Amino acid sequence: MNFSRVIYNKFLSSWMRISITVIILIPFAIGIALLLKSLPIIRSDSIFNLVGSGKWAPSEGKFGFRPYILSSVYVTLFSFLFAAPVSFLSAIYLTQFARGRLIKLVYPVIDILAGIPSVIYGVWGVLVIVPFISGFVAPVFNTSSSGFTILAGGIVLAVMCIPYMLNMLLEVLKTVPTGLKEATLSLGATNWETTKHVVLRNCFSGVVSSFGLGITKAFGETLAVMMVVGNTVHISFNPLQSGYPLPALIANNYGEMLSIPLYDSALMFAALLLMTIILVINLFFRFLMYRAVNQ
Amino acid sequence: MRKRKNIEEKFFKSLSGLTTYSLIGILLFIIAVVFYKGFNALSFEMIFKPPEGGYYYGGEGGVLNAIAGSVYIAFGATLIAVFIGIPAALFINIYLNRMKKVQNLFRYLLDALWGIPSIVYGAFGFTLMLFMGLNASLLAGIITVSILITPIVVRTFDDVLCNIPKGLIEASFALGSTKTETAFKILIKQGFSGFITALLLSFGRGIGDAASVLFTAGYTDLIPRNLDEPAATLPLAIFFQLSSPIPVVRERAYAAATVLTIIILSISLVARYISGRNTFSNIK
Repeated sequence: MNFSRVIYNKFLSSWMRISITVIILIPFAIGIALLLKSLPIIRSDSIFNLVGSGKWAPSEGKFGFRPYILSSVYVTLFSFLFAAPVSFLSAIYLTQFARGRLIKLVYPVIDILAGIPSVIYGVWGVLVIVPFISGFVAPVFNTSSSGFTILAGGIVLAVMCIPYMLNMLLEVLKTVPTGLKEATLSLGATNWETTKHVVLRNCFSGVVSSFGLGITKAFGETLAVMMVVGNTVHISFNPLQSGYPLPALIANNYGEMLSIPLYDSALMFAALLLMTIILVINLFFRFLMYRAVNQ
Repeated sequence: MRKRKNIEEKFFKSLSGLTTYSLIGILLFIIAVVFYKGFNALSFEMIFKPPEGGYYYGGEGGVLNAIAGSVYIAFGATLIAVFIGIPAALFINIYLNRMKKVQNLFRYLLDALWGIPSIVYGAFGFTLMLFMGLNASLLAGIITVSILITPIVVRTFDDVLCNIPKGLIEASFALGSTKTETAFKILIKQGFSGFITALLLSFGRGIGDAASVLFTAGYTDLIPRNLDEPAATLPLAIFFQLSSPIPVVRERAYAAATVLTIIILSISLVARYISGRNTFSNIK
């Protein structure tokens, strides 16, 4: 080998090695940085107290995250209730019933829906969902509501989650061997029976993990939810009340966090909490998913 | 018995068909609502002028500052992400070619990284910014967004690279080329459509993401001229204007949303056109 080739090889291979190392170190860097920043508040109060207490008064030094965590969970639950059936049924239609032409049409639609920025979903939610809830849904239940509610957050989040879940469901359903499906059909089963008894049994864990990953997506979404959910704390389980999810708490208070002691630490703790919850769920379901897809 | 199962089949076929068509309906509905509201307020001035005095009370001006800020941030971040992400994706496919387990472990970590919400990246960017002694600025925004989109670049490019036949790589080795020559002369050329898709996808993500630049890029009415100046971004401009009590300003939020939607849609269409020439539909 001549000299310049050796130099090139050395240079480019170290570039590749450094790049991959940097990327693999990113999650650890994020974790450590957020942990260091939230140490002051963890020292001042126990983690159980922080997560379990419901009192939020930064000026008195009281930081209780329970209402925000509950709010997040609640909004996520609602979005799951709407998104899961829609994406599940669509995935089945696209893999079992649909003709090639529809598939060619739907694929770009899913991609575009996944690519629309969350602020656009927020604008859509403010223009459509919020008036819909205050004008139609609330009167049906004989209450009045501003429309900026947990329910609105759930609906907007559901629309955002559908393309994400659907993409993964399609990938999972694709792994069912065609021969297996054809064998079932040739025994006289209908398409739906094939789906119910063969396809679902074959990739049950993959379907569950797609749902799980969809949940983490909803749990961490910030701007769109923040725009429609009202951002006030109510400890009640009425979906027509406003809520205040964890990401919205971080995003709304960054302006004043440097002026009150421990406030910035509390918000960084919130970010750490969010990341930990999401990463744990994510790693778990991704693992199931990998086993389902590469079995 | 036969009748019941046919009814069940019909019922589920039409129900699932309905949800599928409603997806198309939802997309059209969202775009129609944003465009319908936005085109009323959209004007030449909106796109080509920065805000002037009293803009936020209904005065003259436009959102050029935010458009420029968003494009700068997305451009800079994509540049950094490509600089780190492309060699990383090549590394996974060349050096780890024979280690299936390690390869999958790396993909697993990258996918998990993709799942971390952007507000966490924003908080991390903020601590990083304080640590490096920066102010809220264009540079801090670019760094934060580049951390956010690097995993996307790697995974998108990697998805194309891992479908390249192994024989091609082995043929290149057999002719005596080094691993880096194979990576940068064979794989990049063969996976060029993936490269472009990764580029456009991450650019779109960089333009549309708001939560990560909320802490780090700041907000200003001026078009940034330097890396250490704060920069407005289009999503934040929409967000701030939408929360205004003045109807004229809210109208402008819709117009800005229309601009953002058009940008995202055209990026998506171009990406689809380019990747569509080399791949085929991968359902079925």
